[in-house]
Amino acid sequence: ARRAALKLWYVFLYMLLGYFGRSQFYIALKLVAVAQSGLPLRVESLNTVKDLPLPRFVVSKNEQESRHTALYSSDADNPASYSGVIPPPPGRIQVKKGSVSHDAVQQRTSTDQQESTSPVVSPQQSPPTSPHTWRKHNRHPSGGNNERPLAGPGPFWAPFSEAQPGSSTSSDPIWSGHSPPPHQENWVSFADTPPTSALLAMHPASVQDQTTVRTVASATTTNEIRRQSSSYDDPWKITDEQRQYYVNQFKTIQPDLNGFIPGSAAKEFFTKSKLPILELSHIWELSDFDKDGALTLDEFCAAFHLVVARKNGYDLPEKLPESLMPKLIDLEDSTEVGEQTGEVGYSSSPAEAPPSKSPSMPSLNQTWPELNQSSEQWETFSERSSSSQTLTQFDSNIAPADPDTAIVHPVPIRMTPSKIHMQEMELKRTGSDHANPTSPLLVKPPDLPEENKMSSSVKFTAGNTVTDGYSSSDSYASDPEQIGSTVTRQRSHSGTSPDNTAPPPPPPRPHPSHSRSSSLDMNRSFSVTPGQQQAGVVAYPPAVPPRPQPSQGAGPHVHRPVDAEGLIAHTSTSPQQIPEQPNFADFSQFEAFAVSGVNKEEEDEIETHSEVLQVEKPSDSASSLRVAKADGRVEDKAPANVPTSGKGTTPLAPPPKPIRRRLKSEDELRPEAEEHTQKTGVIAAVLASQPSIPRSVGKDKKAIQASIRRNKETNTVLARLNSELQQQLKDVLEERISLEVQLEQLRPFSHL
Amino acid sequence: MASAVTYTAEWPVLVSIIFSPPQNYPLYIRSVPTENELKFHYTVHTSLDVVDEKISAMGKALVDQRELYLGLLYPTEDYKVYGYVTNSKVKFVMVVDSSNTALRDNEIRSMFRKLHNSYTDIMCNPFYNPGDRIHSRAFDNMVNSMMMQVC
Repeated sequence: ARRAALKLWYVFLYMLLGYFGRSQFYIALKLVAVAQSGLPLRVESLNTVKDLPLPRFVVSKNEQESRHTALYSSDADNPASYSGVIPPPPGRIQVKKGSVSHDAVQQRTSTDQQESTSPVVSPQQSPPTSPHTWRKHNRHPSGGNNERPLAGPGPFWAPFSEAQPGSSTSSDPIWSGHSPPPHQENWVSFADTPPTSALLAMHPASVQDQTTVRTVASATTTNEIRRQSSSYDDPWKITDEQRQYYVNQFKTIQPDLNGFIPGSAAKEFFTKSKLPILELSHIWELSDFDKDGALTLDEFCAAFHLVVARKNGYDLPEKLPESLMPKLIDLEDSTEVGEQTGEVGYSSSPAEAPPSKSPSMPSLNQTWPELNQSSEQWETFSERSSSSQTLTQFDSNIAPADPDTAIVHPVPIRMTPSKIHMQEMELKRTGSDHANPTSPLLVKPPDLPEENKMSSSVKFTAGNTVTDGYSSSDSYASDPEQIGSTVTRQRSHSGTSPDNTAPPPPPPRPHPSHSRSSSLDMNRSFSVTPGQQQAGVVAYPPAVPPRPQPSQGAGPHVHRPVDAEGLIAHTSTSPQQIPEQPNFADFSQFEAFAVSGVNKEEEDEIETHSEVLQVEKPSDSASSLRVAKADGRVEDKAPANVPTSGKGTTPLAPPPKPIRRRLKSEDELRPEAEEHTQKTGVIAAVLASQPSIPRSVGKDKKAIQASIRRNKETNTVLARLNSELQQQLKDVLEERISLEVQLEQLRPFSHL
Repeated sequence: MASAVTYTAEWPVLVSIIFSPPQNYPLYIRSVPTENELKFHYTVHTSLDVVDEKISAMGKALVDQRELYLGLLYPTEDYKVYGYVTNSKVKFVMVVDSSNTALRDNEIRSMFRKLHNSYTDIMCNPFYNPGDRIHSRAFDNMVNSMMMQVC
């Protein structure tokens, strides 16, 4: 039983940190000693018991002992920085630790050997294998182990876990900072250490204070250490403590966590690290993922992490490691460090921020290289757009990049086929809460309730709005548009006023952080005014028939429930019209509206478009979104789907992740649409979907956003490619002529 | 092409040089292969005159991407020189071996575009001072990959 308890303890410690750091090791040993001495196992005992006899472990080899002690001594040295100099243990401790992995000890010892009082941690320290061995051995603590099981380790775990993160960080700095001389140290002194480190560790801020107390170099060391501590599993992973530290540093420069750090400020900041400019330049190249000359929070953390790594002696990679990529930082929190439940608590908050960003980022990041590759396409595209910019590719790159990195739900709905236009809208959105989009959206919703159809169309438009650039604001921006688009669609059938398509208000995408809340609001608002919104929301390309007036919506509304298919097909058309709009589905919006049925009138349109979109069931909503986007006609068929997809945020209701039917189609997740398509009462459906929105928002949002993003990017890339190819064709013809001329010239030299 | 191989040994297949205004001193030079680099440097410097000539000829023409590409500056029996200038008067010069007839104008254009994009990325780096030699690894990688495509 004791052994089992101890085993559990080790496992727990390991899990907390993702690795069995030295501090944890020390603490574990200390606990063992406490247990062995018969003292109740308490966290306090770590701190209070000073004269704890060294735990007795069964060690397979003497070597282990010596190493073990060496480790301890090194640890003692580490804490020494905190608690003073700890005299080396008088003699080798007959420590037999079956659970102590030979390798681990060896590694630790070797690290200790790296004698360096300087805080610089050599890359050899904390070899990744160490933790693994630890883990292995932890699981077999009973191997010849006299340790007494920790009494009631359970209760300690919670408080201990808190201490762990802290101690790990604090002790890590010490540990990695110093290469403890391989002499043994007193267990007592060791006992002193963990408490100190634990106390220090408890507060990441205090750890930072620690660094401030030390020299600047040690401050970086702490970072390094943290980084090193996380290097067990992945040399480039950022632990929660590190991340918290980075976030705090980010705040000192830029209080808004979702904002940017301009290049000049970042330059000053990183110059303080005393790295050569060349390396800093390289770090910048790696971390500025969207190449915009500014650092978002994730980019800043990545850069900081690289600086720390470099100062620790790690060579800079040629490419940004995956774990540092902005999109993956979110995953990082959830995966590797996630295990450290204890730590997750306080680090989750900063982790949350990036996650919100990351969903949109993955697709962006993935498509980023394509965009870079197809910069020509960007150029050509921009040339065609009304706003030709000199460095079009640059702008294009910025537009999608920024929103994605800064905002979770990017991708403004494209109102016109012009991608530049969309980009402009995105640029507008960038870095700002898109209050605008919401407002126009809000305006529209009022009509929705009146029109069942509208709601569906709204949802539809919502999805489309994303592509139309309306929904630059995440989620809800698209809703109004979708709504509007649906309305428009309906109108088209009914031949109502073309006004709807006229106003192309590109609502800036709502700030990612607000997307959810705003989307919810939008949903409500949309459900209220489905019809109206669409009219004004989506400014579809002229090809798009004017949105039907809300009044019109009623008519088609009737058809909607019937025409679920039609709607889908209809949606398919929209993507065609907006081939390049990023798929931005305002899921939240659509949920509300998705319900309403599809417009029967649009059926024929749908059919024509159906080929464009293969709308599956869930895709109905998606397609509806698409269609809405394209011409603001939202086949409400999948209004639920549409809205969700429009938003681009997580689909609220069971998100039908359609989106990607085809490359061109936007990712419209309209989970809600599905649900509600069946319902005749759009509003009812909308309202019903609203509650579901928040749920699925969280979890599907990222996936949907990612897929939406990908699709969008793909669309953009393809469009550019197309234009580029056309250009090449022309050039080829010219080339041919010139070659013929050259051939003529070379004829006389053919004999050479 | 066996002949091409031997040829490349004597003459750089592809050389890229970036010149910065106003003094037009080179910021970046890369050639494949690396022999006879001095000869190539001379060629590129002389081609700068042609570049300036073309720039002045453009006058107030609308500066768009197409015109940034100057095209074939002048062909000789051994090589062809292509030029490209940015809005900030940074000049890119590329020398291609004449025997490399597979290179089409479009490819040259795309290569210049890639160069330009990479150059703007470098500019975004706050640690880079305009006018410094370019040491960016990312830039090197891009140029290397580009040249490998040609060879």
